[in-house]
Amino acid sequence: MAVTEGTKKLDAHAVRADFPIFDQTIHGKPLAFLDSAASSQKPRQMLDAMNEFYETSYANVHRGVYELAERATAALEGSREKVRVFLNAPDVREIVFVRNATEAINLVAYSWGLANLGPGDVVVVSELEHHSNFVPWQFIAGRVGARLALLPLTDEGELDLSALDGLAREGRIKVVATNQVSNSLGTINPVERLAAWAHEQGAIFVCDAAQSAPHMAIDVQALGADFVAISGHKMCGPSGVGALWGRAELLQAMPPFLTGGHMINSVRVEKTTWGELPHKFEAGTAPMAEAVGLGAAIDYLSAAGLDAIHEHEQKLAAYALGRLAEVPGITLYGPPAERRAGIVSFNIEGIHPHDVAQILDMQGVAIRAGHHCCQPLMHRLGVAATNRASFYLYTVREEVDQLVDGLATVHKVFA
Amino acid sequence: MSEFEQMYREVILDHYKNPRGHGTIEGADAEADGQNPLCGDEVSIYVAFGDDGETIDEVKFSGRGCAISQAATSMLTEMVQGKTATEVAVLDKDELLDEIGIQLSPVRLKCALLGLTTLKVALHRAKGTPLPEGLAGFDELELS
Repeated sequence: MAVTEGTKKLDAHAVRADFPIFDQTIHGKPLAFLDSAASSQKPRQMLDAMNEFYETSYANVHRGVYELAERATAALEGSREKVRVFLNAPDVREIVFVRNATEAINLVAYSWGLANLGPGDVVVVSELEHHSNFVPWQFIAGRVGARLALLPLTDEGELDLSALDGLAREGRIKVVATNQVSNSLGTINPVERLAAWAHEQGAIFVCDAAQSAPHMAIDVQALGADFVAISGHKMCGPSGVGALWGRAELLQAMPPFLTGGHMINSVRVEKTTWGELPHKFEAGTAPMAEAVGLGAAIDYLSAAGLDAIHEHEQKLAAYALGRLAEVPGITLYGPPAERRAGIVSFNIEGIHPHDVAQILDMQGVAIRAGHHCCQPLMHRLGVAATNRASFYLYTVREEVDQLVDGLATVHKVFA
Repeated sequence: MSEFEQMYREVILDHYKNPRGHGTIEGADAEADGQNPLCGDEVSIYVAFGDDGETIDEVKFSGRGCAISQAATSMLTEMVQGKTATEVAVLDKDELLDEIGIQLSPVRLKCALLGLTTLKVALHRAKGTPLPEGLAGFDELELS
Protein backbone atom coordinates (compact mmCIF):
# COMPACT_ATOMS: atom_id res chain seq x y z
CA MET A 1 0.00 0.00 0.00
CA ALA A 2 1.40 3.29 -1.08
CA VAL A 3 1.09 5.45 1.98
CA THR A 4 3.54 6.75 4.49
CA GLU A 5 2.51 5.17 7.75
CA GLY A 6 1.98 7.36 10.78
CA THR A 7 1.22 10.76 9.34
CA LYS A 8 -1.19 9.31 6.73
CA LYS A 9 -0.08 11.70 4.05
CA LEU A 10 -0.98 10.52 0.65
CA ASP A 11 1.76 9.97 -1.92
CA ALA A 12 -0.24 10.10 -5.12
CA HIS A 13 2.75 9.14 -7.29
CA ALA A 14 3.17 5.95 -5.27
CA VAL A 15 -0.59 5.27 -5.27
CA ARG A 16 -0.53 5.57 -9.06
CA ALA A 17 1.74 2.56 -9.34
CA ASP A 18 -1.16 0.43 -8.05
CA PHE A 19 -3.32 1.38 -11.05
CA PRO A 20 -2.46 -0.59 -14.22
CA ILE A 21 -4.40 1.84 -16.43
CA PHE A 22 -1.61 4.39 -16.09
CA ASP A 23 0.91 2.01 -17.73
CA GLN A 24 0.12 3.42 -21.16
CA THR A 25 0.15 6.51 -23.27
CA ILE A 26 -2.90 7.99 -24.99
CA HIS A 27 -2.30 9.47 -28.46
CA GLY A 28 1.39 9.21 -27.60
CA LYS A 29 1.00 11.35 -24.47
CA PRO A 30 0.97 10.41 -20.80
CA LEU A 31 -2.58 9.81 -19.61
CA ALA A 32 -3.95 12.65 -17.50
CA PHE A 33 -7.15 11.06 -16.26
CA LEU A 34 -9.30 13.85 -14.86
CA ASP A 35 -12.70 12.17 -14.98
CA SER A 36 -12.86 10.22 -11.74
CA ALA A 37 -16.17 11.84 -10.80
CA ALA A 38 -17.74 9.90 -13.67
CA SER A 39 -16.02 6.68 -12.68
CA SER A 40 -12.76 5.91 -10.93
CA GLN A 41 -9.86 3.81 -12.12
CA LYS A 42 -9.14 0.47 -10.46
CA PRO A 43 -6.22 -0.61 -8.25
CA ARG A 44 -4.57 -3.96 -8.93
CA GLN A 45 -5.50 -5.07 -5.39
CA MET A 46 -9.21 -4.80 -6.22
CA LEU A 47 -8.82 -6.54 -9.58
CA ASP A 48 -6.82 -9.33 -7.93
CA ALA A 49 -9.50 -9.84 -5.27
CA MET A 50 -12.19 -10.29 -7.91
CA ASN A 51 -10.01 -12.57 -9.94
CA GLU A 52 -9.11 -14.68 -6.93
CA PHE A 53 -12.77 -14.99 -6.02
CA TYR A 54 -13.58 -16.29 -9.50
CA GLU A 55 -10.56 -18.62 -9.54
CA THR A 56 -10.91 -20.12 -6.07
CA SER A 57 -14.27 -19.47 -4.44
CA TYR A 58 -16.92 -18.99 -7.08
CA ALA A 59 -20.35 -20.57 -6.73
CA ASN A 60 -23.80 -19.17 -6.14
CA VAL A 61 -24.21 -17.85 -2.63
CA HIS A 62 -26.60 -18.86 0.16
CA ARG A 63 -28.34 -22.20 0.44
CA GLY A 64 -25.50 -24.16 -1.17
CA VAL A 65 -24.23 -26.87 1.19
CA TYR A 66 -20.89 -27.46 -0.45
CA GLU A 67 -17.55 -25.86 0.34
CA LEU A 68 -17.41 -23.46 -2.61
CA ALA A 69 -20.90 -22.09 -1.93
CA GLU A 70 -19.91 -21.52 1.66
CA ARG A 71 -16.75 -19.71 0.65
CA ALA A 72 -18.64 -17.53 -1.80
CA THR A 73 -21.29 -16.73 0.81
CA ALA A 74 -18.62 -15.82 3.34
CA ALA A 75 -16.95 -13.55 0.77
CA LEU A 76 -20.22 -11.78 -0.09
CA GLU A 77 -21.28 -11.36 3.52
CA GLY A 78 -17.75 -10.32 4.46
CA SER A 79 -18.03 -7.51 1.94
CA ARG A 80 -21.36 -6.48 3.40
CA GLU A 81 -19.69 -6.12 6.78
CA LYS A 82 -16.93 -4.02 5.18
CA VAL A 83 -19.57 -1.68 3.75
CA ARG A 84 -21.20 -1.46 7.19
CA VAL A 85 -17.90 -0.46 8.81
CA PHE A 86 -17.12 1.95 5.97
CA LEU A 87 -20.43 3.78 6.54
CA ASN A 88 -20.46 3.21 10.30
CA ALA A 89 -23.93 1.73 10.01
CA PRO A 90 -25.27 0.24 13.25
CA ASP A 91 -26.45 -3.05 11.75
CA VAL A 92 -25.13 -5.14 8.86
CA ARG A 93 -28.73 -6.09 7.94
CA GLU A 94 -29.22 -2.48 6.89
CA ILE A 95 -26.75 -2.83 4.00
CA VAL A 96 -28.48 -3.76 0.74
CA PHE A 97 -26.38 -4.55 -2.32
CA VAL A 98 -27.72 -2.92 -5.46
CA ARG A 99 -26.31 -2.14 -8.89
CA ASN A 100 -25.38 1.45 -8.16
CA ALA A 101 -26.58 4.57 -6.33
CA THR A 102 -29.23 5.13 -9.00
CA GLU A 103 -30.80 1.78 -8.23
CA ALA A 104 -30.51 2.45 -4.50
CA ILE A 105 -32.47 5.69 -4.85
CA ASN A 106 -35.03 4.07 -7.13
CA LEU A 107 -35.46 1.37 -4.50
CA VAL A 108 -36.33 4.01 -1.90
CA ALA A 109 -38.47 6.09 -4.27
CA TYR A 110 -40.52 3.09 -5.42
CA SER A 111 -40.68 1.08 -2.25
CA TRP A 112 -40.94 3.81 0.40
CA GLY A 113 -42.37 6.45 -1.91
CA LEU A 114 -45.28 4.51 -3.40
CA ALA A 115 -46.26 3.29 0.08
CA ASN A 116 -45.94 6.63 1.86
CA LEU A 117 -46.47 9.48 -0.60
CA GLY A 118 -49.84 10.76 -1.70
CA PRO A 119 -51.65 13.74 -3.19
CA GLY A 120 -50.56 17.05 -1.70
CA ASP A 121 -47.31 15.69 -0.24
CA VAL A 122 -44.10 17.49 -1.12
CA VAL A 123 -40.74 15.98 -2.09
CA VAL A 124 -37.84 18.42 -1.80
CA VAL A 125 -34.77 17.91 -3.97
CA SER A 126 -32.01 20.40 -4.67
CA GLU A 127 -31.13 22.23 -7.83
CA LEU A 128 -27.72 20.61 -7.52
CA GLU A 129 -28.89 17.02 -7.91
CA HIS A 130 -27.59 14.43 -10.29
CA HIS A 131 -30.52 13.12 -12.35
CA SER A 132 -30.28 9.93 -10.28
CA ASN A 133 -31.62 11.76 -7.22
CA PHE A 134 -34.01 13.96 -9.18
CA VAL A 135 -35.80 11.92 -11.82
CA PRO A 136 -36.89 9.01 -9.54
CA TRP A 137 -38.53 11.50 -7.16
CA GLN A 138 -40.10 13.48 -9.97
CA PHE A 139 -41.43 10.27 -11.47
CA ILE A 140 -42.84 8.79 -8.25
CA ALA A 141 -44.25 12.16 -7.13
CA GLY A 142 -46.01 12.42 -10.48
CA ARG A 143 -47.48 8.95 -10.10
CA VAL A 144 -49.00 9.60 -6.67
CA GLY A 145 -49.96 13.24 -7.15
CA ALA A 146 -47.25 14.58 -4.86
CA ARG A 147 -45.31 17.72 -5.74
CA LEU A 148 -41.62 18.16 -6.38
CA ALA A 149 -40.13 21.31 -4.80
CA LEU A 150 -36.64 22.65 -5.44
CA LEU A 151 -34.12 23.80 -2.87
CA PRO A 152 -32.36 26.53 -4.88
CA LEU A 153 -28.70 27.44 -5.20
CA THR A 154 -26.73 30.54 -4.40
CA ASP A 155 -24.64 32.12 -7.13
CA GLU A 156 -21.60 30.35 -5.67
CA GLY A 157 -23.23 27.00 -6.37
CA GLU A 158 -24.13 26.19 -2.79
CA LEU A 159 -27.53 25.24 -1.40
CA ASP A 160 -29.44 28.32 -0.34
CA LEU A 161 -30.51 27.37 3.16
CA SER A 162 -32.36 30.67 3.57
CA ALA A 163 -35.01 29.14 1.31
CA LEU A 164 -35.80 26.36 3.81
CA ASP A 165 -38.34 28.38 5.81
CA GLY A 166 -40.27 29.20 2.67
CA LEU A 167 -40.25 25.55 1.59
CA ALA A 168 -41.52 24.50 5.02
CA ARG A 169 -44.60 26.66 4.49
CA GLU A 170 -45.37 25.16 1.09
CA GLY A 171 -46.98 21.98 2.32
CA ARG A 172 -46.51 18.60 3.89
CA ILE A 173 -42.88 17.70 3.20
CA LYS A 174 -42.41 13.94 3.27
CA VAL A 175 -39.01 13.48 1.61
CA VAL A 176 -35.89 15.62 1.44
CA ALA A 177 -33.30 14.22 -0.97
CA THR A 178 -29.91 15.79 -1.70
CA ASN A 179 -26.41 14.71 -2.48
CA GLN A 180 -23.55 15.14 -0.05
CA VAL A 181 -21.15 16.29 -2.74
CA SER A 182 -22.22 17.69 -6.10
CA ASN A 183 -20.82 15.63 -8.96
CA SER A 184 -20.88 18.70 -11.13
CA LEU A 185 -19.52 21.56 -8.99
CA GLY A 186 -17.90 19.64 -6.16
CA THR A 187 -19.94 21.56 -3.60
CA ILE A 188 -19.93 19.89 -0.19
CA ASN A 189 -23.45 20.15 1.16
CA PRO A 190 -24.45 20.57 4.83
CA VAL A 191 -26.28 17.25 4.92
CA GLU A 192 -26.35 16.97 8.74
CA ARG A 193 -28.26 20.23 8.87
CA LEU A 194 -30.58 19.19 6.04
CA ALA A 195 -31.25 15.84 7.74
CA ALA A 196 -32.19 17.63 10.96
CA TRP A 197 -34.41 20.03 9.05
CA ALA A 198 -36.09 17.17 7.19
CA HIS A 199 -36.88 15.45 10.48
CA GLU A 200 -38.33 18.71 11.88
CA GLN A 201 -40.73 18.63 8.93
CA GLY A 202 -41.62 15.02 9.63
CA ALA A 203 -39.84 13.97 6.43
CA ILE A 204 -37.24 11.32 5.72
CA PHE A 205 -33.81 12.41 4.48
CA VAL A 206 -32.29 10.54 1.55
CA CYS A 207 -28.61 11.19 0.92
CA ASP A 208 -26.98 10.49 -2.42
CA ALA A 209 -23.42 9.80 -1.29
CA ALA A 210 -22.16 8.49 -4.63
CA GLN A 211 -19.81 11.45 -5.00
CA SER A 212 -18.82 11.79 -1.34
CA ALA A 213 -18.23 8.22 -0.15
CA PRO A 214 -15.18 7.72 -2.41
CA HIS A 215 -13.51 10.87 -1.14
CA MET A 216 -14.32 11.49 2.52
CA ALA A 217 -15.14 9.54 5.65
CA ILE A 218 -18.88 8.96 6.03
CA ASP A 219 -20.71 8.17 9.23
CA VAL A 220 -24.38 7.57 8.52
CA GLN A 221 -25.23 7.82 12.21
CA ALA A 222 -23.55 11.19 12.68
CA LEU A 223 -25.10 12.35 9.44
CA GLY A 224 -28.58 11.56 10.71
CA ALA A 225 -29.90 10.39 7.34
CA ASP A 226 -32.55 7.74 6.82
CA PHE A 227 -31.17 6.36 3.56
CA VAL A 228 -27.69 6.67 2.03
CA ALA A 229 -26.76 5.50 -1.48
CA ILE A 230 -23.28 4.70 -2.79
CA SER A 231 -21.84 3.38 -6.08
CA GLY A 232 -18.90 0.99 -6.14
CA HIS A 233 -17.50 2.10 -9.47
CA LYS A 234 -16.79 5.63 -8.24
CA MET A 235 -14.73 4.37 -5.31
CA CYS A 236 -12.16 2.07 -6.92
CA GLY A 237 -14.63 -0.81 -7.05
CA PRO A 238 -16.10 -2.51 -10.11
CA SER A 239 -19.12 -1.32 -12.03
CA GLY A 240 -22.36 -3.17 -11.33
CA VAL A 241 -22.40 -2.95 -7.55
CA GLY A 242 -23.43 -0.30 -5.09
CA ALA A 243 -25.07 -0.23 -1.72
CA LEU A 244 -28.06 1.25 0.01
CA TRP A 245 -27.99 1.84 3.71
CA GLY A 246 -31.35 2.42 5.33
CA ARG A 247 -32.58 2.54 8.90
CA ALA A 248 -33.76 -0.95 9.83
CA GLU A 249 -37.20 0.09 11.04
CA LEU A 250 -37.88 1.85 7.74
CA LEU A 251 -36.56 -1.02 5.63
CA GLN A 252 -38.60 -3.50 7.65
CA ALA A 253 -41.83 -1.60 7.06
CA MET A 254 -41.22 -1.22 3.32
CA PRO A 255 -42.55 -3.59 0.67
CA PRO A 256 -39.94 -5.15 -1.63
CA PHE A 257 -38.70 -3.30 -4.72
CA LEU A 258 -37.77 -6.17 -7.04
CA THR A 259 -39.24 -9.59 -6.44
CA GLY A 260 -38.16 -13.08 -7.41
CA GLY A 261 -35.54 -15.53 -6.24
CA HIS A 262 -33.72 -15.25 -2.94
CA MET A 263 -35.82 -12.45 -1.47
CA ILE A 264 -38.59 -14.68 -0.15
CA ASN A 265 -39.37 -16.48 3.04
CA SER A 266 -41.94 -18.86 1.59
CA VAL A 267 -43.82 -18.99 -1.68
CA ARG A 268 -47.29 -20.47 -1.98
CA VAL A 269 -49.86 -19.98 -4.67
CA GLU A 270 -52.03 -18.05 -2.23
CA LYS A 271 -49.31 -15.89 -0.71
CA THR A 272 -45.60 -15.21 -0.65
CA THR A 273 -43.83 -13.88 2.42
CA TRP A 274 -40.69 -11.83 2.25
CA GLY A 275 -37.26 -12.73 3.51
CA GLU A 276 -35.45 -11.01 6.34
CA LEU A 277 -33.35 -7.89 5.85
CA PRO A 278 -31.37 -7.32 3.75
CA HIS A 279 -32.46 -10.24 1.55
CA LYS A 280 -35.96 -8.85 1.07
CA PHE A 281 -34.38 -6.24 -1.17
CA GLU A 282 -31.91 -8.50 -2.99
CA ALA A 283 -33.94 -10.42 -5.56
CA GLY A 284 -32.01 -12.63 -7.93
CA THR A 285 -28.38 -13.72 -7.91
CA ALA A 286 -26.29 -11.06 -6.24
CA PRO A 287 -23.39 -9.26 -7.95
CA MET A 288 -21.09 -11.57 -6.01
CA ALA A 289 -17.67 -10.94 -7.51
CA GLU A 290 -18.52 -7.26 -7.76
CA ALA A 291 -19.39 -7.14 -4.08
CA VAL A 292 -16.07 -8.83 -3.31
CA GLY A 293 -14.39 -6.18 -5.44
CA LEU A 294 -16.20 -3.44 -3.55
CA GLY A 295 -14.98 -4.93 -0.29
CA ALA A 296 -11.41 -4.92 -1.60
CA ALA A 297 -11.83 -1.32 -2.77
CA ILE A 298 -12.97 -0.34 0.71
CA ASP A 299 -9.88 -2.04 2.15
CA TYR A 300 -7.74 -0.11 -0.28
CA LEU A 301 -9.33 3.27 0.47
CA SER A 302 -9.30 2.65 4.20
CA ALA A 303 -5.58 1.82 4.12
CA ALA A 304 -4.90 5.05 2.24
CA GLY A 305 -7.13 6.89 4.71
CA LEU A 306 -10.27 8.75 3.72
CA ASP A 307 -9.11 11.90 5.53
CA ALA A 308 -5.79 11.79 3.66
CA ILE A 309 -7.64 11.32 0.36
CA HIS A 310 -9.93 14.26 1.10
CA GLU A 311 -7.03 16.50 2.03
CA HIS A 312 -5.08 15.50 -1.08
CA GLU A 313 -8.05 16.30 -3.33
CA GLN A 314 -8.82 19.62 -1.68
CA LYS A 315 -5.19 20.66 -2.24
CA LEU A 316 -5.45 19.61 -5.87
CA ALA A 317 -8.71 21.54 -6.25
CA ALA A 318 -7.08 24.67 -4.79
CA TYR A 319 -4.07 24.21 -7.08
CA ALA A 320 -6.28 23.64 -10.12
CA LEU A 321 -8.48 26.65 -9.35
CA GLY A 322 -5.36 28.78 -9.07
CA ARG A 323 -3.80 27.52 -12.28
CA LEU A 324 -7.05 27.62 -14.26
CA ALA A 325 -7.66 31.22 -13.19
CA GLU A 326 -4.66 32.10 -15.42
CA VAL A 327 -6.43 30.73 -18.50
CA PRO A 328 -7.84 33.50 -20.72
CA GLY A 329 -11.62 33.59 -21.14
CA ILE A 330 -12.29 31.04 -18.40
CA THR A 331 -15.34 30.97 -16.16
CA LEU A 332 -15.02 28.81 -13.05
CA TYR A 333 -18.15 27.50 -11.37
CA GLY A 334 -18.77 26.51 -7.78
CA PRO A 335 -17.62 27.43 -4.29
CA PRO A 336 -14.08 28.24 -3.10
CA ALA A 337 -11.63 25.35 -2.71
CA GLU A 338 -12.09 24.97 1.05
CA ARG A 339 -15.77 24.22 0.56
CA ARG A 340 -15.52 21.82 -2.35
CA ALA A 341 -14.35 18.33 -3.18
CA GLY A 342 -11.85 17.58 -5.95
CA ILE A 343 -14.05 18.72 -8.81
CA VAL A 344 -13.61 21.81 -10.97
CA SER A 345 -16.17 22.85 -13.58
CA PHE A 346 -15.40 25.59 -16.09
CA ASN A 347 -16.17 27.07 -19.47
CA ILE A 348 -13.89 28.75 -21.98
CA GLU A 349 -15.49 31.73 -23.62
CA GLY A 350 -16.62 31.04 -27.17
CA ILE A 351 -15.50 27.39 -27.22
CA HIS A 352 -17.98 24.62 -26.60
CA PRO A 353 -16.97 22.07 -23.95
CA HIS A 354 -17.15 19.28 -26.51
CA ASP A 355 -14.50 20.98 -28.59
CA VAL A 356 -12.39 21.69 -25.53
CA ALA A 357 -12.59 18.05 -24.45
CA GLN A 358 -11.80 16.78 -27.93
CA ILE A 359 -8.65 18.85 -28.28
CA LEU A 360 -7.60 17.92 -24.74
CA ASP A 361 -8.07 14.24 -25.57
CA MET A 362 -5.62 14.57 -28.43
CA GLN A 363 -3.14 15.65 -25.77
CA GLY A 364 -3.85 12.71 -23.49
CA VAL A 365 -6.09 14.68 -21.12
CA ALA A 366 -9.43 13.06 -20.26
CA ILE A 367 -12.03 15.43 -18.90
CA ARG A 368 -15.82 15.33 -19.09
CA ALA A 369 -17.77 17.76 -21.22
CA GLY A 370 -21.52 17.99 -21.01
CA HIS A 371 -24.29 18.45 -18.52
CA HIS A 372 -22.96 15.80 -16.10
CA CYS A 373 -26.51 14.45 -15.66
CA CYS A 374 -27.39 17.76 -13.99
CA GLN A 375 -29.63 19.57 -16.46
CA PRO A 376 -31.52 21.54 -13.78
CA LEU A 377 -28.16 22.85 -12.56
CA MET A 378 -27.00 23.72 -16.08
CA HIS A 379 -30.24 25.67 -16.44
CA ARG A 380 -29.51 27.54 -13.24
CA LEU A 381 -25.98 28.36 -14.46
CA GLY A 382 -27.42 29.47 -17.79
CA VAL A 383 -25.20 27.13 -19.81
CA ALA A 384 -25.84 24.04 -21.92
CA ALA A 385 -22.74 22.28 -20.72
CA THR A 386 -19.49 22.71 -18.81
CA ASN A 387 -16.05 21.19 -18.81
CA ARG A 388 -15.31 19.23 -15.68
CA ALA A 389 -11.98 18.04 -14.30
CA SER A 390 -12.20 15.75 -11.30
CA PHE A 391 -9.55 14.26 -9.08
CA TYR A 392 -8.92 11.21 -6.95
CA LEU A 393 -6.24 9.72 -4.75
CA TYR A 394 -4.09 8.86 -7.78
CA THR A 395 -4.28 12.32 -9.35
CA VAL A 396 -1.01 14.29 -9.41
CA ARG A 397 -0.31 17.97 -9.98
CA GLU A 398 1.42 17.17 -13.25
CA GLU A 399 -1.98 16.15 -14.63
CA VAL A 400 -3.43 19.53 -13.71
CA ASP A 401 -0.46 21.16 -15.45
CA GLN A 402 -1.08 18.98 -18.51
CA LEU A 403 -4.69 20.22 -18.49
CA VAL A 404 -3.66 23.87 -18.30
CA ASP A 405 -1.08 23.39 -21.08
CA GLY A 406 -3.74 21.61 -23.12
CA LEU A 407 -6.09 24.55 -22.77
CA ALA A 408 -3.44 26.77 -24.32
CA THR A 409 -3.54 24.51 -27.38
CA VAL A 410 -7.36 24.74 -27.39
CA HIS A 411 -6.99 28.51 -27.61
CA LYS A 412 -4.48 28.18 -30.45
CA VAL A 413 -6.79 25.95 -32.50
CA PHE A 414 -9.70 28.34 -32.04
CA ALA A 415 -7.63 31.52 -32.31
CA MET B 1 -1.16 18.91 -41.03
CA SER B 2 -1.32 18.60 -37.25
CA GLU B 3 -3.83 16.33 -35.57
CA PHE B 4 -5.72 19.39 -34.39
CA GLU B 5 -5.94 20.76 -37.91
CA GLN B 6 -7.25 17.44 -39.15
CA MET B 7 -10.17 17.68 -36.75
CA TYR B 8 -10.71 21.40 -36.75
CA ARG B 9 -10.09 22.12 -40.44
CA GLU B 10 -10.05 25.73 -41.52
CA VAL B 11 -13.42 25.32 -43.22
CA ILE B 12 -15.02 23.96 -40.04
CA LEU B 13 -13.75 26.83 -37.95
CA ASP B 14 -14.79 29.28 -40.65
CA HIS B 15 -18.35 27.95 -40.70
CA TYR B 16 -18.41 27.88 -36.90
CA LYS B 17 -17.25 31.47 -36.56
CA ASN B 18 -19.21 32.82 -39.54
CA PRO B 19 -22.22 30.55 -39.81
CA ARG B 20 -24.13 30.75 -43.10
CA GLY B 21 -27.87 30.86 -42.85
CA HIS B 22 -27.83 31.79 -39.20
CA GLY B 23 -31.10 33.28 -38.00
CA THR B 24 -34.78 32.53 -37.97
CA ILE B 25 -37.62 32.83 -40.47
CA GLU B 26 -40.87 34.43 -39.28
CA GLY B 27 -43.80 32.28 -40.33
CA ALA B 28 -41.59 29.52 -41.71
CA ASP B 29 -43.24 26.84 -43.84
CA ALA B 30 -41.41 24.12 -41.95
CA GLU B 31 -39.52 24.12 -38.68
CA ALA B 32 -38.25 21.80 -35.97
CA ASP B 33 -36.03 21.90 -32.90
CA GLY B 34 -33.42 19.24 -32.18
CA GLN B 35 -31.26 18.67 -29.15
CA ASN B 36 -28.41 16.36 -28.45
CA PRO B 37 -28.71 15.79 -24.70
CA LEU B 38 -25.29 14.18 -24.71
CA CYS B 39 -23.54 17.51 -24.99
CA GLY B 40 -26.38 20.01 -24.99
CA ASP B 41 -26.16 20.93 -28.66
CA GLU B 42 -29.32 22.68 -29.82
CA VAL B 43 -30.39 23.41 -33.36
CA SER B 44 -33.64 24.92 -34.64
CA ILE B 45 -34.25 24.81 -38.39
CA TYR B 46 -36.57 27.08 -40.37
CA VAL B 47 -37.51 26.52 -44.01
CA ALA B 48 -39.37 28.71 -46.50
CA PHE B 49 -40.45 27.08 -49.76
CA GLY B 50 -40.61 28.79 -53.15
CA ASP B 51 -43.78 29.34 -55.17
CA ASP B 52 -44.00 25.64 -56.07
CA GLY B 53 -44.31 24.85 -52.33
CA GLU B 54 -41.60 22.21 -52.79
CA THR B 55 -38.30 23.86 -53.43
CA ILE B 56 -36.33 25.22 -50.53
CA ASP B 57 -36.12 28.94 -51.10
CA GLU B 58 -34.59 29.87 -47.80
CA VAL B 59 -33.26 27.85 -44.88
CA LYS B 60 -32.03 29.26 -41.58
CA PHE B 61 -30.90 27.82 -38.30
CA SER B 62 -30.42 29.02 -34.78
CA GLY B 63 -29.02 27.30 -31.72
CA ARG B 64 -25.89 26.77 -29.78
CA GLY B 65 -23.48 23.95 -29.57
CA CYS B 66 -20.02 22.69 -30.36
CA ALA B 67 -18.04 23.71 -33.43
CA ILE B 68 -18.87 20.45 -35.20
CA SER B 69 -22.65 20.72 -34.79
CA GLN B 70 -22.85 24.38 -35.68
CA ALA B 71 -20.42 24.20 -38.61
CA ALA B 72 -22.12 21.10 -40.01
CA THR B 73 -25.52 22.80 -39.88
CA SER B 74 -24.07 25.89 -41.51
CA MET B 75 -22.67 23.74 -44.35
CA LEU B 76 -26.00 21.97 -44.59
CA THR B 77 -27.89 25.20 -45.24
CA GLU B 78 -25.64 25.80 -48.27
CA MET B 79 -26.09 22.23 -49.50
CA VAL B 80 -29.88 22.13 -49.45
CA GLN B 81 -30.56 25.56 -50.91
CA GLY B 82 -32.68 25.10 -54.08
CA LYS B 83 -33.34 21.39 -53.44
CA THR B 84 -36.88 20.07 -53.06
CA ALA B 85 -38.20 18.65 -49.81
CA THR B 86 -38.24 15.18 -51.37
CA GLU B 87 -34.63 15.48 -52.46
CA VAL B 88 -33.54 16.55 -48.99
CA ALA B 89 -35.53 13.78 -47.35
CA VAL B 90 -33.41 11.20 -49.17
CA LEU B 91 -30.17 13.13 -48.91
CA ASP B 92 -27.56 10.65 -47.77
CA LYS B 93 -25.83 11.60 -44.57
CA ASP B 94 -22.52 10.66 -46.13
CA GLU B 95 -22.93 13.53 -48.55
CA LEU B 96 -22.85 15.94 -45.64
CA LEU B 97 -20.10 13.99 -43.87
CA ASP B 98 -17.96 14.14 -47.03
CA GLU B 99 -18.44 17.88 -47.05
CA ILE B 100 -17.37 18.09 -43.41
CA GLY B 101 -14.45 15.90 -44.38
CA ILE B 102 -13.13 14.79 -41.00
CA GLN B 103 -13.01 11.52 -39.10
CA LEU B 104 -15.68 11.60 -36.41
CA SER B 105 -16.11 9.36 -33.41
CA PRO B 106 -19.64 7.99 -32.86
CA VAL B 107 -20.27 10.67 -30.22
CA ARG B 108 -19.22 13.50 -32.51
CA LEU B 109 -21.16 11.96 -35.40
CA LYS B 110 -24.33 12.85 -33.50
CA CYS B 111 -23.12 16.45 -33.30
CA ALA B 112 -22.43 16.51 -37.02
CA LEU B 113 -25.80 15.06 -38.03
CA LEU B 114 -28.01 17.01 -35.62
CA GLY B 115 -28.83 19.71 -38.17
CA LEU B 116 -29.60 17.26 -40.98
CA THR B 117 -31.81 15.12 -38.78
CA THR B 118 -33.67 18.17 -37.49
CA LEU B 119 -34.17 19.45 -41.03
CA LYS B 120 -35.58 16.10 -42.14
CA VAL B 121 -37.98 16.12 -39.21
CA ALA B 122 -39.09 19.66 -40.13
CA LEU B 123 -39.76 18.56 -43.72
CA HIS B 124 -41.52 15.43 -42.53
CA ARG B 125 -43.89 17.51 -40.46
CA ALA B 126 -44.60 20.04 -43.18
CA LYS B 127 -44.61 17.84 -46.26
CA GLY B 128 -44.95 14.28 -45.01
CA THR B 129 -41.59 13.31 -46.48
CA PRO B 130 -40.05 10.16 -44.98
CA LEU B 131 -38.12 10.43 -41.73
CA PRO B 132 -34.43 9.58 -41.85
CA GLU B 133 -33.96 5.84 -41.59
CA GLY B 134 -31.08 6.46 -39.24
CA LEU B 135 -33.33 8.13 -36.70
CA ALA B 136 -33.66 4.80 -34.94
CA GLY B 137 -29.96 4.99 -34.24
CA PHE B 138 -30.37 8.37 -32.59
CA ASP B 139 -31.90 7.24 -29.35
CA GLU B 140 -30.28 10.08 -27.49
CA LEU B 141 -31.39 12.69 -29.92
CA GLU B 142 -34.41 14.57 -28.67
CA LEU B 143 -36.66 16.10 -31.24
CA SER B 144 -39.31 18.45 -30.02
